[in-house]
Amino acid sequence: MGEKKEIDDRFKKFGTVSFTSVTKVNDFIDYLEKGKVMGTRCKDCGTVFFPPRADCYNCLSSSVEWFEISGKGKLVSYSKLKYAPVGFEGDLPYSIALVDYGDYKIFGRLASDIPDDEVKLGMEMKTVVNKLPDGQLNYVFEKA
Amino acid sequence: MRKIAIIGVGQSSFVRSYPGSIRELAFEGFKEAIEDAKVSVSDIDASIICSAPEYDKQRSPSGVFAEYLGLIPQPTCYLESLCSSTSTGLRMAYSLVKSGLHDVVAVLGFQKMSEISSAESQERMGRGADIQWESPFGTMMPAYYAMFAKAHMEKYGTTLEDMALVRVKAATYGPLNDKAMFRKPVTLEMFTDPNHFMSGPVASPLRVGDCCANADGSSCLIVASEEKAKALSKKPVWIRGLGAASASVNMAGRDLVTGLAVARQASEQAYKMAGITPKDIDIAEVHDCFTISEILAYEDLGFAKPGEGKELVKSKETYKEGSLPTNVDGGLLSKGHPIGATGGSQIRTIVLQLRGEAGDMQVKDPEIGLVHNIGGVGLYGNVTILGR
Repeated sequence: MGEKKEIDDRFKKFGTVSFTSVTKVNDFIDYLEKGKVMGTRCKDCGTVFFPPRADCYNCLSSSVEWFEISGKGKLVSYSKLKYAPVGFEGDLPYSIALVDYGDYKIFGRLASDIPDDEVKLGMEMKTVVNKLPDGQLNYVFEKA
Repeated sequence: MRKIAIIGVGQSSFVRSYPGSIRELAFEGFKEAIEDAKVSVSDIDASIICSAPEYDKQRSPSGVFAEYLGLIPQPTCYLESLCSSTSTGLRMAYSLVKSGLHDVVAVLGFQKMSEISSAESQERMGRGADIQWESPFGTMMPAYYAMFAKAHMEKYGTTLEDMALVRVKAATYGPLNDKAMFRKPVTLEMFTDPNHFMSGPVASPLRVGDCCANADGSSCLIVASEEKAKALSKKPVWIRGLGAASASVNMAGRDLVTGLAVARQASEQAYKMAGITPKDIDIAEVHDCFTISEILAYEDLGFAKPGEGKELVKSKETYKEGSLPTNVDGGLLSKGHPIGATGGSQIRTIVLQLRGEAGDMQVKDPEIGLVHNIGGVGLYGNVTILGR
């Protein structure tokens, strides 16, 4: 009676402002803490997911396993923001971007230390974990 | 099979800050549509209220509006597909009337964006994408469309000037539309003058002048069965084709970044249903939330081959005097973009054009018009084909 139930809200640590706190793929955050960006793969039909999912739309299985994002992808497109939504003003300027790994694509941010004139569509990039000053976690794309 | 018509259209002026509540804003578009249709409120069998959520505080606006507009006790409901809400509403009204469940249905779209700040609005719009995996990176609509612009420029050589020309075209017609918010001319020089606000960066490569503005507004369509339309209306405009599609909410799930797959799919469906091809379109309204969006629309709708959309605006083929007049009401770029009211405003423009009642914006004797209305960053797409 009256026992307080522990809520697993690890996902609130994702990004500058997280709009989700509880998800079945909360382990994504633990992997980020360990420096790993992970996707999921359906154990039943082998479909690969990024962003990671707990459920497979292909065969409706909820049996998925984690795999680490490794190697290089290619920059599909990006945009450098001059204005930001509420809650992100302190991050300006930053660039959102899409990187294609072949079997899956990853949406995220470009590493802030890449000079503008070195960013080219099609360039090879790798995805690395990034710790924000307040302890929040995300990932960014660096030149591979 | 009975045909379905639009017998009345209306919209409020689209303004920066509407001096009234959302129900009062809704009343403006509704009243104009009822008067246009020359029906009485009691002729309306059901209403569909459309907007994107979270710009005002009202939960479930349908009940509030139905009461304010005198539409109780008839059934009403709320419906949303972000910026394409009203054209989705038209699709639902079509099926309600086609099924015989109702004879006359009102579709009312509204948005009062001025209740929140521009930055809050960007946050809301960013949350129209994937809140779990993308919004935490600080996303907003201009930046998403900017990624499409960047990819299109890279692949096809589309230039900043090509995009600016879309705005120049829109601003040619804004002054002719007394419901439009932005009614001043725009020149290419404004985009190259670093001191002019139009050239200011928003999200590379898009500049202020490439983006439509938030607005407050309402729009309304009165949809009727063939029997009712013939009995009530002198100039019914018939719904000839409807197409709709959805896409991955996350950019990571998109294979196409130089066009919108939903627009390609929805237009194919609509052309097939109407039994026509893009060449048969006499006038179009496309969802120019950004300048690049209009160029993508030309290509996705089959008006131009992929990569050649820019040629239509450079050659002025999509000006009023051209072969395919597009957005000659000023488009979202001139009218402003009150999310949930936009689709209804686009449809209103085509209905007025097909009736020959578009005033200074009237093109010569159009018979078939097309409306392209997109929700989110190509998340939802509706294409509607209307005919006399």
